[in-house]
Amino acid sequence: MIDHVVVLWTDALIFLLLILALLFALYAARKPHLRRPWRAVVRSRVGVGALVVLSFYLLVGLFDSVHYHPLVAAGESGNENERSVEVISLLDNLVSGLRERQEKTYSAPLATHLYAKERIERADGSSVREFPRLHFGGAHLHDPATERNADLLKLSAIGIVKGLLATLILANLLIVLLAVHRRSDFGTLAREVLWARTDIPWRVVLGVSGIMLVLLFWGGELSSKYHLFGTDKVGEDVLYQALKSIRTGLVIGTLTTLVMLPAAILLGIMAGYFRGWVDDLIQYLYTTLNSIPGVLLIAAAILMLQIYMSNHADEFNSLVERADLRLLFLCIILGVTSWTGLCRLLRGESLKLREIDYVQAATAFGVGHLQIITRHILPNVLHIVLIAVVLDFSGLVLAEAVLSYVNIGVDPTMNSWGNMINSARLEMAREPIVWWSLAAAMLFMFTLVLAANLFSDVVRDAFDPRLRSSR
Amino acid sequence: MMAYIIRRILYAIPILLGVNILTFMLFFVVNSPDDMARMNLGMKRVTPEAVENWKQERGYHLPLLYNSGREGAASITETIFFQKSVKLFKFDFGSSDNGRDIGYDISQRMWPSLAIAIPVLLVGLLVNITYALLIAFFRATYIDFWSVVLCVVMMSISGLFYIIGGQYLVSKLLHLVPISGYDTGLEAIKFLVLPTIIGVIGGIGSGTRWYRTLFLEEINKEYVRTARAKGLSETLVLFRHVLRNALIPILTGVVVVLPLLFMGSLITESFFGIPGLGSYTIDAINSQDFAIVRSMVFLGSVLYILGLILTDISYTVVDPRVRLT
Repeated sequence: MIDHVVVLWTDALIFLLLILALLFALYAARKPHLRRPWRAVVRSRVGVGALVVLSFYLLVGLFDSVHYHPLVAAGESGNENERSVEVISLLDNLVSGLRERQEKTYSAPLATHLYAKERIERADGSSVREFPRLHFGGAHLHDPATERNADLLKLSAIGIVKGLLATLILANLLIVLLAVHRRSDFGTLAREVLWARTDIPWRVVLGVSGIMLVLLFWGGELSSKYHLFGTDKVGEDVLYQALKSIRTGLVIGTLTTLVMLPAAILLGIMAGYFRGWVDDLIQYLYTTLNSIPGVLLIAAAILMLQIYMSNHADEFNSLVERADLRLLFLCIILGVTSWTGLCRLLRGESLKLREIDYVQAATAFGVGHLQIITRHILPNVLHIVLIAVVLDFSGLVLAEAVLSYVNIGVDPTMNSWGNMINSARLEMAREPIVWWSLAAAMLFMFTLVLAANLFSDVVRDAFDPRLRSSR
Repeated sequence: MMAYIIRRILYAIPILLGVNILTFMLFFVVNSPDDMARMNLGMKRVTPEAVENWKQERGYHLPLLYNSGREGAASITETIFFQKSVKLFKFDFGSSDNGRDIGYDISQRMWPSLAIAIPVLLVGLLVNITYALLIAFFRATYIDFWSVVLCVVMMSISGLFYIIGGQYLVSKLLHLVPISGYDTGLEAIKFLVLPTIIGVIGGIGSGTRWYRTLFLEEINKEYVRTARAKGLSETLVLFRHVLRNALIPILTGVVVVLPLLFMGSLITESFFGIPGLGSYTIDAINSQDFAIVRSMVFLGSVLYILGLILTDISYTVVDPRVRLT
């Protein structure tokens, strides 16, 4: 199994980021000055609600980040263990139904017929122009006109009941765990959770997870028989595309900051701490980079990458790898355009910190520069870094859409909300209009960005006491 | 003051030189002019002569940094770096890869860009400040809470959605204004209304929230309390004291972006088919016209630095305590 796993560059970096985040969590748990604000975050109702939504997205993104060569279906080849050259992810495997049920072209959400009329041969030899039935959407119905609504209602009911059951199981599990942890009995804790008397607002956690689970099961139930968000031009399920786009959005939002962090932290602290010519040089560097309009720098870099890739086409094993490398490059170049803000903040803060008594004392004792920076300066600017990372996330997700629209975003073959919106431009001009691609992309993107925005607000308020006072 | 400005302008030169070297590296060193020629002529079956021709026509046949074939000063000037990059300092943009004069195009396309950017800026300021003042007046009430929620929701919607949705609703369903296009003179107004409204709506979320924090910061200060203690009404306090003091950061924030207004908005202009500098840039990116992209990078940097200098000057104008030395 192991040798069939394909580790793409961004996959590796995502898991590296995950490990770093876990290490930071362990580190923060032992430091009271970092634990306090986090506690404030998880005690805010908005904070945990947004966190639950974000973790659903994260889960999808992580499942989509484990790539491998799937087995070739038995019968197609003699060798039982032969692997296909195509690269798919765990998510593709989970929702293989969505991936494989291709229609011919556009079809509306939950439709049973295609969007456009076609000439169809009747059994008696005559031909008529009508809307052909879909191959998969509602294919189990004999007479869609009369049966569809009842069937939709039935599937919805089953899905919602399943979702509610899942929520109930989750709630019981949580309360049992809490009861064991607090050495209290199930009944009291259930009451405490339900009346929102716990420190951490578990009721909100359960409520939001409940909504997400119900939506998940409802969507799953409906899309097992229909195309919940319709199909696109080549007949691919739009829901599948939107799900696959989650990873792209998350990668852009997180890897960009990961790429820029080392440079921003190092240079920012160095400029503020050493001052003098180091400061001048670093200030020159970021003023220069900052003065180039971001979009143009990205455009120039991506144009150059395109030329490079088309001249060295043989260096890339597969389309997936090529698209992945372009995504990584986009993250890097976005990082180059966006590290300057954080760098400037860190410089200002380090300028202030180096004059503070304990740093002066350390200097007087003859402690080395490296040690002063790592022991005294870095821990005291970490909260700024954290706020910047969280604040940047939503902006980057939105930026991806705009960049893809200008054709300087991710690879056109890659699923991303930007590419979906880009194709929707032409679809909106059709008659009757094809709105579902746009709607699905917007809905998924909006939910993620809203959750990220709400979460970053809570984090900022918790970590930056100055802002809290002005509220 | 004058000495300060002159020093700032002198300081801009190394920055612009840096920008130039960076773009030069990106466009000529990472990929050679041969690569660009092949890209433009199509990848397959390009004869070396065709590549050579393409380079000759556009002046890319020169050596990069040093021309050993020439004597004296010409060995420096007859190079790509001098011809394509250094000449930008004289605002001599040269001609684009398909032979048009870039400087002329920019001077023509600047005005439609401004015709959109200025109304969006002014109306946006008016709307955002009014709304933020209203929120500040009703601070710590449900109006405040739900307004902030509304702002966050509006911030979370992609700008593309406002444009596509607005075009569909206003132009396609209601047929109030044309979907896209542009005209000269007063006729242009009917093409400008929708982009302006959409631009303003798209900016309400972040703008209002930012101004609200500025106002609330001012409201908590001592002099406001004194003003209230004097017996001034809340409206008078808001307008005469809070608004006037909060205008300092607002104005300086606006001054930074003023020069960049010339560059236009990439997305809005291309969606509404307005022949400004934003759509000029997008077209250049899509047709891979490197000469235009290079010129726009340089122009953008110049305008950005101009914005920084103007900001510093505006500080001294609105706040007499600030002295530039």
